[in-house]
Amino acid sequence: MLNSKIPAGELSQKWSSYKNSCKIVNPANKRSLEVIVIGTGLAGASAAASLGELGYKVKAFCFQDSPRRAHSIAAQGGINAAKNYQNDGDSVYRLFYDTIKGGDYRARESNVHRLAEVSANIIDQCVAQGVPFAREYGGMLSNRSFGGTQVQRTFYAAGQTGQQLLIGAYQALERQVALGNVTMYNRHEMLDIVMVDGKARGIIARNMITGKLERHFGHAVLLCSGGYGNVFYLSTNAMGSNVTATWKAHLKGAYFANPCYTQIHPTCIPVSGDHQSKLTLMSESLRNDGRIWVPKKQNDTRKASEIPEEERDYYLERRYPAFGNLVPRDVASRAAKERCDAGYGVGTSKQAVYLDFAAAVIRYGTIECGKVGNHNPTPEEVRTHGLAVVKEKYGNLFDMYAKITGEDPYEVPMRIYPAVHYTMGGLWVDYELMTSVPGLYCLGEANFSDHGANRLGASALMQGLADGYFVIPYTLGNYLADDIRTKAIPTDHPEFVKAEKEVADRINKLMSIKGTQSVESLHKRLGKIMWDKCGMGRTKEGLTEAIAEIQALKKEFWSDVKIPGTVEGMNTELDKANRVADFIELGELMCKDALNRAESCGGHFREESQTEDGEAKRDDENFMYVAAWQYNGDSDWILHKEDLNYEVVHPSQRSYK
Amino acid sequence: MEHYNMNLTLKVWRQQNAQVQGSFETYQVKDISSEMSFLEMFDVLNEQLIHEGKEPITFDHDCREGICGACSMHINGKAHGPWSGTTTCQLHMRAFKDGDTIVVEPWRAGAFPVIKDLMVDRTAFDRIIQAGGYISVNTGNAQDANNLPIAKDKADESFAAATCIGCGACVASCKNSSAMLFLSAKVAHLALLPQGEAERKTRVVNMVDQMDKEGFGSCTNTGACEAECPKEISIMNIRRLNSEYIKAGLSGSVAK
Ligand SMILES: Cc1cc2nc3c(=O)[nH]c(=O)nc-3n(C[C@H](O)[C@H](O)[C@H](O)COP(=O)(O)OP(=O)(O)OC[C@H]3O[C@@H](n4cnc5c(N)ncnc54)[C@H](O)[C@@H]3O)c2cc1C
Ligand code: SF4
Ligand code: FES
Repeated sequence: MLNSKIPAGELSQKWSSYKNSCKIVNPANKRSLEVIVIGTGLAGASAAASLGELGYKVKAFCFQDSPRRAHSIAAQGGINAAKNYQNDGDSVYRLFYDTIKGGDYRARESNVHRLAEVSANIIDQCVAQGVPFAREYGGMLSNRSFGGTQVQRTFYAAGQTGQQLLIGAYQALERQVALGNVTMYNRHEMLDIVMVDGKARGIIARNMITGKLERHFGHAVLLCSGGYGNVFYLSTNAMGSNVTATWKAHLKGAYFANPCYTQIHPTCIPVSGDHQSKLTLMSESLRNDGRIWVPKKQNDTRKASEIPEEERDYYLERRYPAFGNLVPRDVASRAAKERCDAGYGVGTSKQAVYLDFAAAVIRYGTIECGKVGNHNPTPEEVRTHGLAVVKEKYGNLFDMYAKITGEDPYEVPMRIYPAVHYTMGGLWVDYELMTSVPGLYCLGEANFSDHGANRLGASALMQGLADGYFVIPYTLGNYLADDIRTKAIPTDHPEFVKAEKEVADRINKLMSIKGTQSVESLHKRLGKIMWDKCGMGRTKEGLTEAIAEIQALKKEFWSDVKIPGTVEGMNTELDKANRVADFIELGELMCKDALNRAESCGGHFREESQTEDGEAKRDDENFMYVAAWQYNGDSDWILHKEDLNYEVVHPSQRSYK
Repeated sequence: MEHYNMNLTLKVWRQQNAQVQGSFETYQVKDISSEMSFLEMFDVLNEQLIHEGKEPITFDHDCREGICGACSMHINGKAHGPWSGTTTCQLHMRAFKDGDTIVVEPWRAGAFPVIKDLMVDRTAFDRIIQAGGYISVNTGNAQDANNLPIAKDKADESFAAATCIGCGACVASCKNSSAMLFLSAKVAHLALLPQGEAERKTRVVNMVDQMDKEGFGSCTNTGACEAECPKEISIMNIRRLNSEYIKAGLSGSVAK
């Protein structure tokens, strides 16, 4: 059933042999082939720009007012690449190995190896575009280390790496717009896929300003619509991030893989109250220099400064001496939750732990004083110099923290808590990034592919750009080469008419409910069910309850939601309602997938599956597969399993001790 | 930090669409926590409006962490409100006190027509980038990244200019509605890098030409843009832009 189309041959040769043998479309034919790209974040912008450069006729869509605002802009920490510029033993194999291991042996070897292979090209391409990565005094690129790895392979631009990478891709995209190769549709939301003779041949989109539905034809459709973390209501995702594009594709036949794999990021600013609309990440790079601790005493109400050194529990350093504060995200997140649940949390909510820079300030300050020949500095001198270094490294993050919390992190330790951050699940794709629907592709966070059950930091940016710049230009050609005789299908074709009518009917139905509850309040309730029962810790019982609760919520939504305004013109509540309706259905599938996966793996902990000392216990014998769900009608799915074969890496229980 | 609650009066610009006239409406909000962000306060107001059967206020926002450049409210006469170096979404209610009246308007500029309420059309910025705000390098053209050393101070300066979020506050706070700070940030970002050298002259000429076509005003050096830019983009970039423009003109580069 599921054919992942992994090329034969030795792992390190698969991608080159694929590229050598895949079909190619000649330049004259490319001009008559139309490609639709949904989403212009890193994955979509890089794909649209590269395909435009190749000569395809590209139409790209995003719901923001400009591609430059895609959620990718918010990525802070950095992007991995196997450049080995630091001469610290990095290699394509090591990056591949770390990513497979970080993903808890739930990703495809072939895809991850390809990702590691093209990682170096990404950095080259971005630098050529003018992305101002951080540099050393000698003019060479600088690297930092990131959670879960022991080499320095992360490229960065202060705490704004995603911004700089996206601006690079955006500029490349706008250049293609200027050249007439790409037509950009801002403030458009894709609301359905159009299928003709079993292939994806177009979309229905809503112009968010006029409210009008539009039909667009494409020989192929690429979904680059990002992740679905907002199913939890509170997450580090941008407010508009949603699942609608991929969910509509799912209803039209694309399998949804590993939906329950979500990443919980350990270092976010804690929730401050019911009004909270989103959570803010504090880059993981902070863990390079910050030490995480809680008081040794339960329910300690003293201020951080009043707790002496010997009464602090640096629990990560204690439990995981080899990696300390740099353990992978899942381990750090769970450990924080464990401490808070056990009553050691800090702050007013007690749902937080400290991230403390005092030691780093002293360490850096001493070094800096040494550099200027001051080998006997006063504590004040050390502090002044140390603070300057910390400011240079993390200034923008510290400022952001201060603005949000009203506390000065140069004076008091930050308070942090885990938050939903990234979704590893997504549409199932084969090696060519094609979904189970012919002609429908999925790139970036929206697909399920490369991170397994947990994503290592700095690897999503890498994947998005790998997919867009270096993978899809080859694999799409391999499909379209057989399509050069297909003429553009006129959008008055019955399938377009039918799809548009379905979308219009659904919108009218939503508008006609005229109930009493706001979209926002229903979304909040969904989020609470998901976080409590399908978040970091999961049980069979909780998940079973969650499914029933979500089904009830779905009924409530469709009978009592209140959407003001009209179908015509701009209606942000209607846009939101469309998205939340899809999140509710997705939520049910996530719980179903989580229930099926009765193992602790990657980002999530299945209470029933743990070792004697409370660590996560994977079950390779029964769950070493990708769970790809086929939609089979309301609340009904069929599970397809893609077995994962490890030919090169031998799975072992991860240990960071 | 002490937290407190407050009751506020809001005067908000309402406008159904670009074709009709708008006007201010007055609203009361109660029990707003000082820990909320400004947009969370708007969320509370919008929930209230929905329950009263009214249309909520439309405004642009997405990341809510000061980086996407979507949010764009003119608050008590200042683009992005009272805190310096801060976007609307990062402004927090600690900035206000119980009983305050807050006036909220959209960006006002001919080149940024209102779409609805507080939401404006900023696609003119995209078209300025299309005119030359890039380095023409197709995917696959690149050499090894470290073959091109760039002095750290140059790289840092280029990065500082590249942190512009394209929000348009500079235009909104300028009495001439000039887009010079935005434009100069892009020109500086690329002109400071060796990669940007090949197109250095045509870039600046074409981008300035496009800015004029979009109907942005001219720069009279009032400095209002720098003062209200949430990313503290330096007005020195405008000086650099001017000298780049003059150099390009002397070498005979004309807009294409
Ligand atoms: C705060 C934060 C920090 C991060 N830091 C890092 C980091 O340091 N390193 C790292 O590697 N990763 C990081 N990540 C993860 C990484 O940023 C994302 O996974 C990645 O940027 C996703 O890119 P994308 O192109 O797949 O999707 P996005 O950037 O989310 O783009 C989605 C696009 O799809 C469009 N879209 C969606 N639905 C529709 C629709 N129905 N119709 C039309 N358009 C639609 C949107 O308009 C947008 O253009 C971070 C994530 C967050 C939240
Ligand atoms: S220069 Fe500043 S104010 Fe102007 S668009 Fe850029 S970030 Fe916004
Ligand atoms: S919402 Fe993104 S900068 Fe304010």
